Amino acid sequence: MPSICLFFQVHQPRRLRRYTIFDIDRHHDYDHEQLNTQVLRKVSEKCYLPVNQLLLDLLRRYEGDFRISFSLTGTLIDQLEIREQEVLESFQRLNETGYVEWLNETYDHSLASLYSPGEFREQVYRHRAKIEALFGQKAVTFCNTEMIYDNDIAQAAGELGYQVMLTEGADQVLAGWNSHVVWRSVSRPDLTVLLRDYRLSDDISFRFSATDWFEYPLTAKKYARWLNQHGGSAEVINLFMDYETFGEHQWRETGIFDFLRELPEEILKCPDLGFRTPSQIIPDPSSAPMLDVKETISWADSERDLTAWTGNGMQRDALQSLYQMEERVKKSGDEDVLRTWRMLQTSDHFYYMCTKWFADGDVHTYFNPWESPYDAYISYMNILDDFDRNLPK
Amino acid sequence: MKVLMFGWEFPPHMSGGLGTACLGMTRALVEDQVEVLFVMPGQPALLHQDRFVRFIAPEPPTARKHTETVPLDEKTTMRGVFVDSPLNPYQTASGYRNRQQTIKTGILSDLGTSGVASFVPYGSDLFSEVDRYARAAASLAGRETFDVIHSHDWMTVAAAIRAREVSGKRWIFHVHSLEPDRSGDGINRGIFDMERYGLTAADHIIAVSNYTRRRIIEYYGIPPEKITVVHNGVIGHDMPEEVAESGKAGQEKNVLFLGRITFQKGPDYFIEAAAEVLKRLPNVTFLMAGSGDMMTGMIEKVAEMGIGKHFHFTGFLRGEEVERIFRMSDLYVMPSISEPFGISPLEATRYGVPVILSRQSGVAEILHHCLLVDFWDVRDMADKMMALLCRKPLVQELKARAREELLRAGWKGAARKIEAVYTKMIN
Repeated sequence: MPSICLFFQVHQPRRLRRYTIFDIDRHHDYDHEQLNTQVLRKVSEKCYLPVNQLLLDLLRRYEGDFRISFSLTGTLIDQLEIREQEVLESFQRLNETGYVEWLNETYDHSLASLYSPGEFREQVYRHRAKIEALFGQKAVTFCNTEMIYDNDIAQAAGELGYQVMLTEGADQVLAGWNSHVVWRSVSRPDLTVLLRDYRLSDDISFRFSATDWFEYPLTAKKYARWLNQHGGSAEVINLFMDYETFGEHQWRETGIFDFLRELPEEILKCPDLGFRTPSQIIPDPSSAPMLDVKETISWADSERDLTAWTGNGMQRDALQSLYQMEERVKKSGDEDVLRTWRMLQTSDHFYYMCTKWFADGDVHTYFNPWESPYDAYISYMNILDDFDRNLPK
Repeated sequence: MKVLMFGWEFPPHMSGGLGTACLGMTRALVEDQVEVLFVMPGQPALLHQDRFVRFIAPEPPTARKHTETVPLDEKTTMRGVFVDSPLNPYQTASGYRNRQQTIKTGILSDLGTSGVASFVPYGSDLFSEVDRYARAAASLAGRETFDVIHSHDWMTVAAAIRAREVSGKRWIFHVHSLEPDRSGDGINRGIFDMERYGLTAADHIIAVSNYTRRRIIEYYGIPPEKITVVHNGVIGHDMPEEVAESGKAGQEKNVLFLGRITFQKGPDYFIEAAAEVLKRLPNVTFLMAGSGDMMTGMIEKVAEMGIGKHFHFTGFLRGEEVERIFRMSDLYVMPSISEPFGISPLEATRYGVPVILSRQSGVAEILHHCLLVDFWDVRDMADKMMALLCRKPLVQELKARAREELLRAGWKGAARKIEAVYTKMIN
């Protein structure tokens, strides 16, 4: 019986302010607090609060026949604790139903898995502790930042004690198989790997309101029919998306809330389909295929690789400069310095420097608080210069 | 399809981007089998031949019933006509009076060539000269057959209207710049009124950018549906060989300002930003290439600020000199206060020079891989200059991406859009 696995990534970066060379040594105020407060308020109102309420009703109504999973980044949790306590409490109420699984990731939604194994472990430990403190769950499922995955990262996650990992069902790694089977990692055969069905996921997160899409308008009934068509052949259908899809990327006016509200019922009408969370999905060790990923993948862009964060020279320059500071940051023994360094690691800062599709005004531009990737780089590097000056030599 | 086109300048007889635009546009139109008869005011004695445009010496001024018809291109589908006149596209009314004096005394230093000047009884002021040009145009329009009239900027308005009266053909007014762009608050009412008259009377308007289109709507009250935006292209896709890194990589870095040194181009903001840069990076030279009514003032300003030794004022450059100065530069800045289009940033990109652009410019609509500034935000401009002078990955990325973008900004696409307007006007 195919499992429907719904996972939502919940994240808001701490966007940086315009920081010029004239600010260096004058102030160390990098965080664009005003903008971040404003965005968090907007997203809370449009997405987190109403959608949490909607899901709470559904979880209560279906008493375990409907289940979901989340990952809340530490970067977001920190901001919610200061500015939107109510949102945090509404997530806790979801948790109280007992039908929610909480995942772990890097606390700072960083690229540490690619640059510093030690720092990666520390961030994962911190996130594990934070999630346990908030929701009383010790996570067994891991989802690296932006679904970034390869054999080494799977190995590292396994060593950290995780039993399940989520990543992208990228065409380049499926090798003739599909994302509807439960995989195991080639580097860590005891680690279950769940692959996102990006077509079905993006039907909701990208195409839902696209009036020029031939499937428009998408109804819960139609969507459940698509899932059901995979029927007997599928073990699992992984629908992973940004939580902000609901109400923020796709506004309430598009009908996305009604879609979500009707979806469990339509899916549960199909006798073959049922909701599971990642840790409930157990591979058959005799038949589960081994996932071998030598070239790192992610869920970003059509390439589904790392180029959204490390594709150009500016991004690599910024990342190298940042991680070169690790030793000095840690030697300083200063908690504030460490916190700032970690805030600067959030992957969004590098995503903003992506030039791939800049001129085409696509999704990168939509999520980018900067006028251009070049502006993002200039301010970021000025900040690093200032930060560097205050580190012990 | 045959077009009667009224212009002001054509390379190499030019002082700005309008001539460059006309050259690129007419070449692309001719390639698409459009016949172009190009009419412009000219100083016949100063004309000479070049590779692309053939000029034939016109009749002596005394016989100037009207004009000469000359082939402008080997293909003969495009011909040029010079209406003997000292009009110059970036002229102000007072500038014209000065020029009158210059011509009478036979000194033509600002035209730069070894040309011979003879006394010609031109109209006594700019407007009567525009009118004289219009009368010549009318008689030309009576002799020639064509399908549509296409004219460039305000000085051609009267000529185009006369040509329309005589021929009964529709007229498209192509706007490359407006009086508020050129003069800021000190606009010449006569020119502004002429523009408004032309914009109101024209059958259709082509604007060089959305920026210009918005200003035509806001300042002149023209209905939006009457205006089509056609961005200028770049001439030729041939990218010059990049200068070897070592050629520029010395300790000394050069920052270029290229354009008329006038209010519109924001030269004073460039200098103020330069002063901020020099406080932190002493090994930078600022090249100011161009001439204009603010040049003396700017020379005095850098002297007063004590940064004169970091500045070179080259005067007006042409042809190979322009190419040379681009090759010498590490960074090109266009801090214009109002730039309807601005073709030089695209030229800079051709030479692999990264660009800082005023947000108040039309070219920013098609060149995305550049840094944008508000011309008054001197510190922002200085910060961006320093980033481009010091951060190599930034320069490399900008250069590579801007070049890719440039390849898509050809005149071919622009010509197609213009032809679509022609077709609409003819039918």
